[in-house]
Amino acid sequence: MQNQLAGRGTLLRDRVFMWLLFISLAIGVLTLAILLIYVTVKGWPRLDLRLFTNMPSVRDAQNAGAQSAITGTIWVISFTALIALPTGVLAALHLEEFARPDSRFQRFIEINIQNLAAVPSIVYGILGLAVFARALALGQSVITASLTLALLVLPVIIISTREALRAVPRNIRDGSLALGATEWQTAYRQTLPAAIPGIATGTILALSRAIGEAAPLLLLGAVSFITFNPDGVLSGYTTLPIQIFNWTKESREEFQVLAAATIVVLLLLLLAMNFVAIWIRNRTQKRW
Amino acid sequence: MNQNGDITMHLDHALSPRGASIPLEVSDPVFTLDDVSVFYGDYEAIRNVTLPIGKNEITAFIGPSGCGKSTLLRSFNRMNDLILGSHLKGVVAYHGTDIYGPDVDPIEVRRKVGMVFQKPNVFPKSIYENVAYGPKVNGAKGNLDDVVEECLTRAALWNEVKDDLKKSAYALSGGQQQRLVIARCIAVKPEVILMDEPCASLDPIATAKIEDLMVELANDYTIVIVTHNMQQAARVSDRTAFFTAELDDNEVRHGRLVEFGRTRELFSSPGDTRTEDYISGRFG
Repeated sequence: MQNQLAGRGTLLRDRVFMWLLFISLAIGVLTLAILLIYVTVKGWPRLDLRLFTNMPSVRDAQNAGAQSAITGTIWVISFTALIALPTGVLAALHLEEFARPDSRFQRFIEINIQNLAAVPSIVYGILGLAVFARALALGQSVITASLTLALLVLPVIIISTREALRAVPRNIRDGSLALGATEWQTAYRQTLPAAIPGIATGTILALSRAIGEAAPLLLLGAVSFITFNPDGVLSGYTTLPIQIFNWTKESREEFQVLAAATIVVLLLLLLAMNFVAIWIRNRTQKRW
Repeated sequence: MNQNGDITMHLDHALSPRGASIPLEVSDPVFTLDDVSVFYGDYEAIRNVTLPIGKNEITAFIGPSGCGKSTLLRSFNRMNDLILGSHLKGVVAYHGTDIYGPDVDPIEVRRKVGMVFQKPNVFPKSIYENVAYGPKVNGAKGNLDDVVEECLTRAALWNEVKDDLKKSAYALSGGQQQRLVIARCIAVKPEVILMDEPCASLDPIATAKIEDLMVELANDYTIVIVTHNMQQAARVSDRTAFFTAELDDNEVRHGRLVEFGRTRELFSSPGDTRTEDYISGRFG
């Protein structure tokens, strides 16, 4: 008697499809790995403390460092977070919890935010130059850069915060309202705390995008060569991507090595931020 | 017709299943519904309900799915307000005041009329914070330890959780969570507790505990419960309202109140064949 349960064998089509998936994955992962290895190997001779303790130079490659770019990046991104996080979260809270979802105005705003998230960063640079640097006369300062980058990440923070709020089950809100809590109490005592993990991860990922931005800052005039750390929001500054850009423009090989070493620092900073985002997400598992 | 039904029929006062003496007509209503219809947009979920809810009684709403009984329940504490496009016709009077009147704040209504939901919706906080939340949002200051202990005790949960008050409420079983929701509800000191299929997601043992608790709480609170479980209605409630979904002349489905009366009479000698069919399991 014939075995009715015998398999049909793996079809060729199935195997081809599986390989296709695997190759697609490999393209992404391999490219990243090659890039990482390349910059690490190239920058290795200069990956030492000098990078953190010395100021940039375009003459003395041996003693040049990226201290002002590292501190500048930290200054700029801190103020970006300080401006964008509360604004974005409150805007999302309004859209998600208080605005009437059926109003035309609401739909108009929603479409606009989605479009804003897709606007190229250089356009934000032009806006920042016109409004913050010139009209508000803030010049080439940390605060100009932070305000511009805050506008850049705001749509992303709003969108991810709204998604985090939407993931909080309706019955948590109902439970709170049924106890006589107002909508505002429900929002800030229940919905918002429950959404914090999602908000935190979304924000960190948005900020790690901003940290790597060079284009808008170039437009804002951060190209200038900075050999001091910022000492206030109106201080001049440079950032890691700008510093990398400046060094890669130099023809001498030593500066290419320096640029590669600085790229490694920037990548490590980005990986650290993403790691924190993943850690927050895993630590606060969804409980409903 | 069983013997019990014959004996209790039309007596001025009769013992309900839980042993309470219940008058034939509701003498001291907390709520009076007069010709109430609830709409979601154009859809009329329930039509023309007139019904009193007696003080310190347990009133059960039974009926097949889609008969509008949960919708009606949610109109007692204006929870339907939260659903876009819902509106209500008729009068829902709480001690004579129309709760949909112009001077009424729904927040105040919900402080007087608590609610327990079908799925235990504990907050993602500690057990203690779950109970303390209601008093806090209602302006309570200072130490709430006593309130928390009292409410957990009344909800028959204190002995099980007294050493774990700081633990997440999600660590509790479904039945414990539902009792926590009840404790949370009574912490606001409501007069009425609405229960929307409170045992739908619980096993029989947890269900029995909630039923015992309901009977216990009826001494101090007025309880309205929506249930799909007819045995549950027959076991705990003093009065039962039977709803059904009907098609009107335009073939539009809507919920209707078929019959309302003392639970023993309604179950032993239903006045309407639709009630009889439903409770005998012929449909629904």
